[in-house]
Amino acid sequence: MSSHELKTGPLEYRTEEGRLTILGFWIFLGAEIVLFATLFATYAVLFGRTADAPSPGELFEAKTLMIMTFMLLTSSFTCGIAIHEMRRGSVKGLRNWMIVTLLLGLGFLGFEIYEFIHYAHEGATLQSSAYWSSFFTLAGTHGLHVTLGIGWVTLLLIQLTQRGLTPKTSRKFFVIGLYWHFLDVVWIFIFTSVYLIGMVV
Amino acid sequence: MTDHKKRIPTQHIIGFFLSITLTLVAAWAALQSDLSVRWIIIGIMALAIIQAGIQLFMFMHVVEPESQGGHIPWNMMFHGGVLATILVAGSLFTMSFGFSHDHDGDGHNQQEQQEEHSEMEDSTEHSGH
Amino acid sequence: MQLDEFFVTGEPLIYAGMVSIALVTISILFFLTYYKKWGWLWREWLTTVDHKKIGIMYILSALAMLFRGGVDAMMMRTQLAFPNMNFLNAQHYDEIFTTHGTVMIIFMAMPFLIGLMNFVVPLQIGARDVAFPYLNALSFWSFLFGAMLFNISFVIGGSPDAGWTSYTPLAGAAMSPGPGQNFYLLGLQLSGIGTLATGINFMVTILKMRAPKMRMFQMPIFTWSTLITSFIIVFAFPILTVALALMTLDRVFGAQFFTLTGEGMPMMWANLFWMWGHPEVYIVILPAFGIFSEVISAFARKQLFGYKAMVWAIILIAGLSFLVWVHHFFTMGAGAFVNSVFSISTMLIAVPTGVKIFNWLGTLYKSKINNTVAMMWALAFIPSFVIGGVTGVMLGMASADYQFHNTYFLVAHFHYVLIAGTVFACFSGLVFWYPKMFGHKLNERLGRWSFWFFVIGFHVCFFPQYFVGLDGMPRRVFTIIPEWMPLNVISTVGAFGMGAGFAIFVFTILYSYRYSEREKTGDSWDNGRTLEWATPTPVPFYNFATLPHIDSQDAYVKLKQEGKTTFEEDKVEPIHMPSNTGQPFIMMAFMFIAGFGLVFEWMWMAIGGLLAVFVMMVIRSFDYDEGFHVEVDEIKRTERSARRL
Repeated sequence: MSSHELKTGPLEYRTEEGRLTILGFWIFLGAEIVLFATLFATYAVLFGRTADAPSPGELFEAKTLMIMTFMLLTSSFTCGIAIHEMRRGSVKGLRNWMIVTLLLGLGFLGFEIYEFIHYAHEGATLQSSAYWSSFFTLAGTHGLHVTLGIGWVTLLLIQLTQRGLTPKTSRKFFVIGLYWHFLDVVWIFIFTSVYLIGMVV
Repeated sequence: MTDHKKRIPTQHIIGFFLSITLTLVAAWAALQSDLSVRWIIIGIMALAIIQAGIQLFMFMHVVEPESQGGHIPWNMMFHGGVLATILVAGSLFTMSFGFSHDHDGDGHNQQEQQEEHSEMEDSTEHSGH
Repeated sequence: MQLDEFFVTGEPLIYAGMVSIALVTISILFFLTYYKKWGWLWREWLTTVDHKKIGIMYILSALAMLFRGGVDAMMMRTQLAFPNMNFLNAQHYDEIFTTHGTVMIIFMAMPFLIGLMNFVVPLQIGARDVAFPYLNALSFWSFLFGAMLFNISFVIGGSPDAGWTSYTPLAGAAMSPGPGQNFYLLGLQLSGIGTLATGINFMVTILKMRAPKMRMFQMPIFTWSTLITSFIIVFAFPILTVALALMTLDRVFGAQFFTLTGEGMPMMWANLFWMWGHPEVYIVILPAFGIFSEVISAFARKQLFGYKAMVWAIILIAGLSFLVWVHHFFTMGAGAFVNSVFSISTMLIAVPTGVKIFNWLGTLYKSKINNTVAMMWALAFIPSFVIGGVTGVMLGMASADYQFHNTYFLVAHFHYVLIAGTVFACFSGLVFWYPKMFGHKLNERLGRWSFWFFVIGFHVCFFPQYFVGLDGMPRRVFTIIPEWMPLNVISTVGAFGMGAGFAIFVFTILYSYRYSEREKTGDSWDNGRTLEWATPTPVPFYNFATLPHIDSQDAYVKLKQEGKTTFEEDKVEPIHMPSNTGQPFIMMAFMFIAGFGLVFEWMWMAIGGLLAVFVMMVIRSFDYDEGFHVEVDEIKRTERSARRL
């Protein structure tokens, strides 16, 4: 393990530790794809098995869905800007855009919780049928990832205030950036194959 | 992409507008258009894949030079995609026997069909004797 | 909950188990206190991030698990020897075949191989540790606590009894109430996290931390097989994680995935389980292939024949491993078309595997074989594994499988591939690398005794099972009919032969610790071909004082020819190393508590444990420990004494 630090290039790639961690995180994202794909596969196989509970077409609302989707898409964009600012060396830019990302993430989460409670009132819960089990598990796993991401960003913002931009803090922000964009990718597929197809079929 | 000092992140802005547009097109196709269900599904899944690509290439910089051309990240994403396809398509393919008889998601219907099925088995047994 | 509900009661064998656990625990505690070894245990082992020590801990735990699984096996064989035996009742028998399978695959085979990978791979590629040493320690402790969680089930709460495949609806809450099945779900979940982390860790290590100039196609074959195994782990383990989580939701939170109510689909469990399960088979066999390749090439004293073909065969097997899962449930009724597709993909696997067999034979051809114990295990593997492989192709034919399915023919097949493949490889690899790990060889004469007992016992045990299977004996029955008795008696005799072989192996370890000559050079077998033999024995904690430039396959052969070592005094620089930490141990101990709470559905305990895990993660996030540097003087001192300069 050499501790040689490069003098050029983005901060997060300058130490070997940074390069290894970023690569490791990409590999972890490969595993995450499979994790979500398994949930999607379960959802697809159990599609239509609603038993006595309402069908998704009766419950899904286009308006809430579009608000949630735009919030998450925008948060992915602001997160990208935050990393762009970080590479320009701007602590302030990074911090402010990251806080915007955080707020959008919280907003998304709020809508998702509201949505789940609403469905539960209509008689669709984790326990009501195979279809709804798979729906709540798929959407819930995504929501759980967003929650963890919010907690993680908060920790990193504290560390940024404590330490400023170092190879280590910028590596951490870069990695959470990848994570956040990835969650957006997953949401795009949930939006399409769960909500849109659920409303069509 | 290599110029990190650039003030305006053009690529991010283009990517953002593209993803908003694609989302709207997908929502329109699913909710407003009068395409057939099959074409809606194919169309919006294709749009989703394009959007995933936008996130990967324009936001996550999967192939930026700092990660040595993104050789390994790209490989992981590609193989992850292959695996995802195998998982979803393979499960549907293998499990197809399980839900061929309740396509409209009605439990009673399933029961009836099963009864019908067992009746048919009974009758073949009888004819065998 | 009453105490007599908490502990398993009413079985003399289990009382004996409890007493022996208590005795062993007390004697360990006594030993540690009496010899004042607590500090040593904490500093040297529980907090270590050194890949070599972690590897050794993996192997020791795996040997303990091999003992546990082996005792299960011999109990089953005793019960099955004669018709109407009353040694085990049906319930106890079901629990034992379940734990035997789970322990052997998840807590013996994988950890044993991961232990060897941990010890060997960084040395083979000229790295000073794995890419993420902290994560590596985390992996080990998650495995060990997962194994503990699974293993305590037989004295607390009751063991799972739905088979290692845990098929629903039998394994669901309706038909298997109580904590037993939850132990399976959470024990596997906990250790699965660690396995996934290991996969990521080794991929990054091998891809990024090779010695200067070492190209991918110059890596030793064991490293190659580790890389590809890691790739399979990364893509297969999340499937298990999800499948286990879904069944946990079913059992603990009332979801309806695999239930018979709410339009659940029990067959989906089998589908998900084998989507992970088949790649898992290759996770335990590919490293074994790597070990045999190393051992055969070392003791045939030749470069491996067809190195590139070997690598591509491994890659092809890895790819196919994701496309054959349905062959485990042909009889479920997916239909002729689905079965045909998977029948063909299954039989395709025989092609690259055949290529590998010919590569090993090609390496042996016209070579001067050095007949050590490690080599004997490798030589015994080839014909035994071929028998297992050929019967595997028979099972792969969907229409014929309707005849073989769930009979002893299948049991014989998978024991022939897993024992002759994985277990022989574990023994072979352990004997081969033992001097590097412990500074002395295992006694060869005793090693031969254990080899012959084990290998002959293995064939005597499992070969008759093919025939008793064709005679119609189903697997997982706890009693036999008189017609099956003769072959079953033979099989039981063989099982005890294997038990004797294992006992002699353990005795060999103790005997060699006392009497074997200590190693003087790093190249214990005089014909090491890869970089791990270039290090002195015992290996310094930083592994390599200086990193050699690699420009050929079998790097150490070239180094020896050129008279170079991994200690070029004028080139020594300070080496950066990671610091020890107790965090992984503590974090996973909390995870164990959370898992235990969830097993008994005590939510306060589960939530409390998880919160403590999160606190540990926050602590880790704020931990900016940068490790330390080993100074040039210290390196020179260490190397001079190790190399007796």
